Amino acid sequence: MARAATTTDAFNAVAEARRRQILDILATGERPVNDLVRLLGLSQPQVSKHLRVLREVGAVDVRDEGRRRMYRLNAHALKPIHDWVKNYERSWSERFDRLDGVLEELEEEGDGGGDE
Amino acid sequence: MAAVTSSETAKVTLPGDEQILITREFDAPRHLVYKAWTTPELVKRWWSGNRGEMTIAEIDLRVGGAWRYVMVTDGGFEVAFHGEYREIVPNERIVSTEVYEGMPEGEALNIVTFTDKDGRTTLTVLVQHASKEARDAHINSGMETGMQEGMDLLEQVAVSLR
Repeated sequence: MARAATTTDAFNAVAEARRRQILDILATGERPVNDLVRLLGLSQPQVSKHLRVLREVGAVDVRDEGRRRMYRLNAHALKPIHDWVKNYERSWSERFDRLDGVLEELEEEGDGGGDE
Repeated sequence: MAAVTSSETAKVTLPGDEQILITREFDAPRHLVYKAWTTPELVKRWWSGNRGEMTIAEIDLRVGGAWRYVMVTDGGFEVAFHGEYREIVPNERIVSTEVYEGMPEGEALNIVTFTDKDGRTTLTVLVQHASKEARDAHINSGMETGMQEGMDLLEQVAVSLR
């Protein structure tokens, strides 16, 4: 498969640690750019660049409130990533459900301590 | 599909670009979880989940010792993993390498911890890959297995219709 451009794919958009930090902050509520600049300790142009990438994949939405630009998370755009992890999680859950059964039997055998 | 008797689910998070963290609590004391994790004939009973049968579980549980797991899906697809033990603290912690034999160039480090809490055990598996690409490929391989499972089910349905 061809690699998608950074600006068209949610996976690539969140591949950058700073962009994930932005999403973490926005997960707690809508914020103006200035808040993000302050919380991340980056320059405004750097933050704007990351926000642009996130906007282009739909991961954040923006609206003007007076003179301020307010950003908020659009979690729906990140669903492909969620689904991807969920599938992996499901295979481990099935595995651990089996392990529960094994453990139950070991306990019934009265395997109180140490080796048999 | 096999009946699921437990409502507990594994929790998977991606704490770093190169990492996968799997967490699960068990209603059993720690030494039993450790035993089920490290005894070949017990591992064979749970490790393949609902996705097939384990044909090989070799565990040489000592630092520098090797392990190898092989499972065959119901559709006949074979997957194999192997690695080496790097650190062993009985009932507490196992550090080992892991190589998926279908992608032998990517070696991961697995750090497994067993934590005791009022007779229950919290298990964590931290998978540390060498790169983000390798980490992502690992999770995608889970997806392939999932698809494989779907194909297997389809095959069963097809056979039952004959």
